[in-house]
Amino acid sequence: MKHKLTFFFAIIIGCFFSVSQGRAQGLEKFLRNSQVSGNFQFDGMYYNKDSLIGAPDVPQKVLMNAFANINYTNGPFSAGFRFENYLYALQGFDPRFKGIGIPYRYASFEKDKFTITIGNSYDQFGSGLVYRAWQDASLGYDNSLDGINIKVNPWKGITLKGVWGQQRFYFEKGPGIVRGGDAEFVINDMFKKLNDKALRVSIGGSFVSKYQEADDPVYNLPKNVATYGGRGTISYKNFMINGEYAHKINDPSTVNNRIYKSGNATLVQLTYAQKGLGLYLAAVRTDNMSFKSDRDAEGNDLNINYIPSLAKQTTYSLPSIYTYGTQPNGEFGMQAQGIYTFKKKSVLGGKYGTNISLTYSRYNAINKKQVDEDTPIDSTGTLGYKSDYFKIGKEAYYENFNFEFSKKFNKTFKLVVDYFYIMYNAKVIEGHEMPNIHSHTVVVDLTFNINEKHSLRTELQHMYAKQGEGSWAYALVEYTIAPKWFFSVSDMYNYGNSISEKRLHYYSVATAFAIGSTRIALNYGRQRAGIFCVGGVCRYVPAANGLTLSISSSF
Amino acid sequence: MVNLPIVKTRPMKPTLCLSIIFLCCIATVFGQNEPGTNPVGLKKLPSVEVKTLDNKTFNTKDISNNGKPIIISFWATWCKPCVNELTTIADVYDDWKEETGVKLIAISIDDSKTSGNVSPLVNGKSWDYEVYLDVNSDLRRAMNVNLIPHTFVLNGNNEIVWQHTSFSQGSELQLIDIVRKVAKGETLPTE
Repeated sequence: MKHKLTFFFAIIIGCFFSVSQGRAQGLEKFLRNSQVSGNFQFDGMYYNKDSLIGAPDVPQKVLMNAFANINYTNGPFSAGFRFENYLYALQGFDPRFKGIGIPYRYASFEKDKFTITIGNSYDQFGSGLVYRAWQDASLGYDNSLDGINIKVNPWKGITLKGVWGQQRFYFEKGPGIVRGGDAEFVINDMFKKLNDKALRVSIGGSFVSKYQEADDPVYNLPKNVATYGGRGTISYKNFMINGEYAHKINDPSTVNNRIYKSGNATLVQLTYAQKGLGLYLAAVRTDNMSFKSDRDAEGNDLNINYIPSLAKQTTYSLPSIYTYGTQPNGEFGMQAQGIYTFKKKSVLGGKYGTNISLTYSRYNAINKKQVDEDTPIDSTGTLGYKSDYFKIGKEAYYENFNFEFSKKFNKTFKLVVDYFYIMYNAKVIEGHEMPNIHSHTVVVDLTFNINEKHSLRTELQHMYAKQGEGSWAYALVEYTIAPKWFFSVSDMYNYGNSISEKRLHYYSVATAFAIGSTRIALNYGRQRAGIFCVGGVCRYVPAANGLTLSISSSF
Repeated sequence: MVNLPIVKTRPMKPTLCLSIIFLCCIATVFGQNEPGTNPVGLKKLPSVEVKTLDNKTFNTKDISNNGKPIIISFWATWCKPCVNELTTIADVYDDWKEETGVKLIAISIDDSKTSGNVSPLVNGKSWDYEVYLDVNSDLRRAMNVNLIPHTFVLNGNNEIVWQHTSFSQGSELQLIDIVRKVAKGETLPTE
């Protein structure tokens, strides 16, 4: 690997000099177009012992995650790498993130109508139902494809993409090869006569196949598994409708218990938007659609595709205790949302306008029937189950009703009030045998602007629930001095827990300093065990007590 | 039958990684908000494809404001401080436009889970900004954005002259101050 890297950099340096051709003027122009940029982030935590909250013992005392990106661009050419450091990784991150290395490096060249990237690349076909290579450092998610990525625009409005490679697997590569392509046609851009029409249409299609060796003595496992899909978007004035469908051929894997049933996913979205009013309605149906480049991989490892979750997420601490995690084996979900602003100077609007929003999300199981009398549902080595496409399964997984009211009264006061009703099926989402949780939460978020630069914000939250951990109360006071300083004190109190030893306070004191593109934050306190999710992809974070230092910057 | 080798990345020597970290720190300390001291000039806005709210493809190299300053703000529907920043600026945006001719371009990094919620939110809140969708974080990566909100100010040549991460009530006053200076062609103070 050391030699490969040296060779890689030698190529880059060689390119620099061959392009410059040694001519002083050429060299000056070359250097003038050169640009080096990058970013880095460091998160370290010192862990205290805290058996009350069930914090696991950390023998190393201090854990840290760090990464740094460095990118070089010169006109059509760019190259870069990311260095990652886990000595050892923070609690809640997969322990296979261990050590230091350069798991991401690329070189890219743009010429005429095509762009070629060699090395690691990220990309998405449509909404990601067939293929999505993406990364989120806070989630510990990175399925970049190491190989080649080609993008061509042969004609205005037509984009063709091709990818071929192996996926990143911590500091190694997954065993399977992923290869595929995507074509997108924006009809209005393709034909001059249609350029300015109000009715806009675009269509697309993708095909991805993975290859993995198979050696099972009992089952005839498919070595090549293909997933393909089509999508279309129609927009007219204030309306937009988007539909996408993906189909996967038989793909027996650990996630689906080695069944030979094919899979499919459907996503439909409708939007109506005009000044002051936004309406959104969406539905998703997922049926055996986990698509990984290793049939034995589990969790978030080696996903080739991405199933978006329609369950609305929130950053408020108490309602985010119950967040939905996507169920790739089968789920039927929907979201309806309306956002409205009462105009400024109207009766309900007041001087600055008033904003309300209503969101409802719901997830149920899909319909599953036995393939025949003798075969139970999901039996290994069989076709698994039959599913009536339009029937919604009886079991409810998740429900979230949210109402938000937001109003700026004057230069001094701003108020946001939220109400959440959340139903959470812990058995399906977390794998815990327990009754479904029904919770009601109220949030009051009040900002008081002391003067131009000093501002005080308080957040009071209360969750009422009979099941699970019972009721919670939360209070936060945040003082900010714009634009650089943040101070906050907060406490999350589980006063309603049926077990009296678990009625604990999760307190936290934090301060942060931001200057330019740099932010440094220090946080001391207790963190509740829970699930941290981004976009339906979740990781479990164990309880912790200690001091956290985070530094983030770019240059 | 070919067994594909699993490529192992051997751990790098500690001195090499320490020097890389050291170089990054040096680059950050000296690379902060000092236009003109960068030996190869100011950084230009990268050329990356994003989507408009009505699903048109748009290349960021076509961003222009006729030589007047531009604010680029990275945000997401799930990021409360980002929505606060854009709501706070929306209250004074007309005044800012009249005074400096500035244009604010809001880049949403919402992925396909929430990108459908962007248009209803932008319209529901009556924002007047130019909004683009960066669903797979391509522009975010190209501009080295880690945490959001992250706001950039560009001069008339699409060069980045100032940037700031995080938002609190009152930060917008610093932002318009920078924009006024850029509009007049003045040199910017180091933060």
